[in-house]
Amino acid sequence: MTPAGGGPLVAVRDLTVRFPTRHGVVEAVRGVSFRVDRGQVVAIVGESGSGKSVTARSLVGLAGEGARVGAAELAFDGADLRQVRGRAWRALRGRRVGFVLQDALGSLDPLRRVGAEVAEPLRAHRIVPGRQVDAEVVRLLGEAGIPAPESRARQYPHQLSGGLRQRALIASALAARPDLLIADEPTTALDATVQRQVLALLRERVGDGTAVLLISHDLGVVAEIADHVYVMKDGRFVEDGPAAAVLESPSHPHTKTLVGAVAGHARGARPGRVSPSAPEAAGTAREVLRAEGLVKRYTLPGRGEFTAVEDVSVTVGAGETLGVVGESGSGKTTLGRLLMGLLEPDAGRVLLDGRPWDGLRGPERRAARRGVQMIYQHPLSSFDPRYTARQILEEPLRADRTPREERDRRVALLLEHVGLAPDVLGRRARELSGGQRQRLAIARALAPGPQVIVCDEPVSALDASIQAQVLDVLEDVQERLGVAYVFVSHDLGVIRRLSHRVVVMKDGRVVESGEMEKVFDHPEHPYTKALIDAVPRFSSRFRRVPGGRA
Amino acid sequence: MAGVLKTSPAGAAAARNGRRSGRGRKTLVRLVLVRLAASAGVLWGAVTVTFVLLQVMPGSTADVLLARSAVGPEVRAAIIAEYGLDDPLPLQYLTYLGRIVRGEFGESYVLRRPVWDEIAAQLPGTLLLVATTLLATAVAAVVHGVVSANRRAWVRSLFASAESLVVALPPFWLGLLLLTVFSFTLHWFPAIGSSSPAGLVLPTAALAAGPAAVVAGVLREGLLRAMDEPFVVTARARGIGEAALRLRHVLRHALLPVTTLLGWIAGSLIGGAVIIEIVFSRQGIGRLALSAVANKDMPMVIAVVLVTAVAFVLVTIAVDILTWVIDPRTRDAGR
Amino acid sequence: MPRSLWPWTAVLVVLAVMAAVPSLFTGIDPDAADLNAPLHPPSAEHWLGTDQNGRDLYARIVYGARPSLLIGTGAVLLALAAGVVIGVAAAQLGRVADQVLSRSLDVVLSVPGLLLVFLVVAVLGPGSGTAAVGLAVVSMPGFARVARSEVIRLRSAQYVEAAHGFGWSRAQVVARHVLPNAAGPVLALATVSLGAMIVASSSLSFVGLGPRPPTAEWGAMLSDSREFLALAWWPAVFPGVAITVAVLAVTFVGQHLNRRVEGRLS
Repeated sequence: MTPAGGGPLVAVRDLTVRFPTRHGVVEAVRGVSFRVDRGQVVAIVGESGSGKSVTARSLVGLAGEGARVGAAELAFDGADLRQVRGRAWRALRGRRVGFVLQDALGSLDPLRRVGAEVAEPLRAHRIVPGRQVDAEVVRLLGEAGIPAPESRARQYPHQLSGGLRQRALIASALAARPDLLIADEPTTALDATVQRQVLALLRERVGDGTAVLLISHDLGVVAEIADHVYVMKDGRFVEDGPAAAVLESPSHPHTKTLVGAVAGHARGARPGRVSPSAPEAAGTAREVLRAEGLVKRYTLPGRGEFTAVEDVSVTVGAGETLGVVGESGSGKTTLGRLLMGLLEPDAGRVLLDGRPWDGLRGPERRAARRGVQMIYQHPLSSFDPRYTARQILEEPLRADRTPREERDRRVALLLEHVGLAPDVLGRRARELSGGQRQRLAIARALAPGPQVIVCDEPVSALDASIQAQVLDVLEDVQERLGVAYVFVSHDLGVIRRLSHRVVVMKDGRVVESGEMEKVFDHPEHPYTKALIDAVPRFSSRFRRVPGGRA
Repeated sequence: MAGVLKTSPAGAAAARNGRRSGRGRKTLVRLVLVRLAASAGVLWGAVTVTFVLLQVMPGSTADVLLARSAVGPEVRAAIIAEYGLDDPLPLQYLTYLGRIVRGEFGESYVLRRPVWDEIAAQLPGTLLLVATTLLATAVAAVVHGVVSANRRAWVRSLFASAESLVVALPPFWLGLLLLTVFSFTLHWFPAIGSSSPAGLVLPTAALAAGPAAVVAGVLREGLLRAMDEPFVVTARARGIGEAALRLRHVLRHALLPVTTLLGWIAGSLIGGAVIIEIVFSRQGIGRLALSAVANKDMPMVIAVVLVTAVAFVLVTIAVDILTWVIDPRTRDAGR
Repeated sequence: MPRSLWPWTAVLVVLAVMAAVPSLFTGIDPDAADLNAPLHPPSAEHWLGTDQNGRDLYARIVYGARPSLLIGTGAVLLALAAGVVIGVAAAQLGRVADQVLSRSLDVVLSVPGLLLVFLVVAVLGPGSGTAAVGLAVVSMPGFARVARSEVIRLRSAQYVEAAHGFGWSRAQVVARHVLPNAAGPVLALATVSLGAMIVASSSLSFVGLGPRPPTAEWGAMLSDSREFLALAWWPAVFPGVAITVAVLAVTFVGQHLNRRVEGRLS
């Protein structure tokens, strides 16, 4: 298997992939052309359902059950892949082309040891003699940057952290020294700092001459390592070019949306809008929510105590947005619950409009609850599955006995606030799109007329273009109604876009807080610095490009 | 998506549970000890329930134990002494508990012989039937499940309908039909009351059909679900063959729910065998239990119930051990 | 409802009417013995033949619908009621109550089902009511467990949390969201159990622990047929067909209802 040299490693012209279904043929890929050269990193970027994964999988004959793949040219190292059938694919898979899928917990067989998974391509293609397999596995794991590879090889996937699992998966994909590595969302489930390390590992492999085809929804990741970028939407490439060119001066509106999502506009930097300043100078705004020295601990059976929130104090002024930043497990979600009075703190107290939660009982407390509402990451699970959109919106109004005609009027108004058409009212939430569901959730949160809405990762589950729309709605609503947000997110771009002030949480503590601009531009705590550094970015120049809205 | 610090559910769970610390790891010995302790508690509960039943049944406890058998006053006096029926209730309870723990189930006054002797005589027949049935269930289900999993949707739904039909057949009726066809009409197998190996075939078939259909369905679903897992794509992308894929990856996943189900079936077969033993007039615990119930022979009824409960509990522990072996994920952390 | 289910729904309706008003289906007295015509094969006069006492099998199957279906149905209803009460109590009354109730359920589950029914029958004496109670005891833990886990799951569901935020009282939230949503899985279990309970109750009758003779009951009829198996096939076949068809109808319609509920919830 000597490389033919010369031509491109991968050459694809007019690739189409169709899936026949009961309701007609679904065209997932509609005529895309691209090439990958040796030692090059090529990225295909697109939102979910754009066809990017299917495109990549077509190269190893795994486009999916019943897929009809057609192409004017589909070549790997000069060999025509259109002629490859059945077993012949196996010579290519693992041996010439390595494959890394996202979600390493599911992509490594959970019932087998990590070592056995890494050894599989070695044995399948007889890369090394049988008795040397174990030693080779240990070497590969070590090469992928896994400490103590001998003992890790004997462990099961669930015993490894997300980052180590992803490294093991990469080690297994690279075991047979393939010429091309296809990486499908290789860092999606990882925290930012771990994500960086995995990207570094991929970049290192390119140094060895292995070509990488990177599939991602995340332009930030792509910006880190790609040489050439294809932007995909609805089965077609809408734009392509050298990474720097595409990212710095995107021409297609869709690319602009994706770029804008990464760059993260500062608050009020939305194009075509007058920049609204914070309601009043921070600190002088009327205080609506105040937390003092909150502590929340959980007892874990047999494993002692776990402190979720440790001595946290925050204030929220009327009509302002407090961003709460942190990685998974930092205690930000628990803080949200404490602010809503859904959890009792072990120490400290929360005051709503100057009145402490713990001083309120019975009907008084229930009435006060209406002052703080919540928007969840997954709106679908926050709606009673039996309810239509109308029932969902009416529920908070029924709770305070709003008369019928008044309810109808208020429901219509709520829909208008969030930009939903009245025809959604008859449908159940699961019949709505992701963006519509989150708009509905915002409308419901507004219904009781709250002063504060706690938003728990409200856009993390949405594609970039939908994300931008939902953030617009949140911003509009705040301007119109003067509601305050406590905006909890791991996503610095989103935080930057919406917040007036920011607190940064780590291990249940607030490590830094202040005006948004100050924290982002002049972070003081090392952790904040690390977080901001870990965000993949294009170049410093780039951050000033405002990027359009789709 | 913008500046990305993705949350991972797994990562969050790990952070919450401190899972990577290694504490809470279950060794096999610990698993067995914990399960044995829990089972002992459950069995103690079962013994206590039988004691309460003896107390609340109409008539004196001695009368209940005697059922309707006519015995002289000296036997009656012996029962009262043996069970301490003149003692205060708590002491009676302790005496009762002590007897059961030592395996002293007493005398069946209806059969006029020790309860344990009778059970020991009947148990092997029942256990043999349960064992052959379990084997037949497993073999039939795996063959059927694997064959039917790899088909088009409409073929699969045909298999599923056939399974529904078999599950809906009352096993005793299936037994009658098998007898009618294969014994009385075709004379292939001995009719009833046979203790030869050939006599085991029809009872086993009648008893295994329903469970095999259920297990086959579960196995097929498991295979299909496992084929949709991302690790299957990864394994294929490494260039391994379809046979190796199924053998090394998919089958183990599909066998997990099947193991649990087979354990449950093994337990309930002890009950199911009762009916089949009666259809085929076989010797066994079933007939013993039925006649004990008919005669209100309480020492015998209680002994049969407790013995089968012990068997049931042992099977459950065996399944837990098997799951521990198959699924490494169950070895870490508690519930 | 898909077209393929219509026949099964029709079967269910027919069986229900048969159990309620058997005389609509036959004018023959199910207990009238014709000693001149024992074990008559199916004919124009006796559509499904006669049994060893010369009783008309068709009439006995029609009149047998009520006892055959009622025991199983009654057992499911009893188990449902008791199981939901125990399950909700375990979920709501705190840790101690939960432990006591859950461990008690374990005790019930530690005895193989049919033998537990035997124990109940030994204590209460045989009969239809006893059979229903015995079967209910056996299947109650399943309902209790599902009800318990549903209430616990729903208590922390986000939509329940959100409802608290609208200012409803605890009782209002339970009535509006927890109970209606818990009902789906519990009722799903009920429909699945019904088929199994019909088979189980016919098994009990078969071994003589069901309704007393001469009540026409499908399981008991099959039991009677055993002695004459070498002479006549029809008494051993038709009552079994009746049981199987009834169970299939309950199973298929139940599966459909469950899928509807699941579809609504997922």
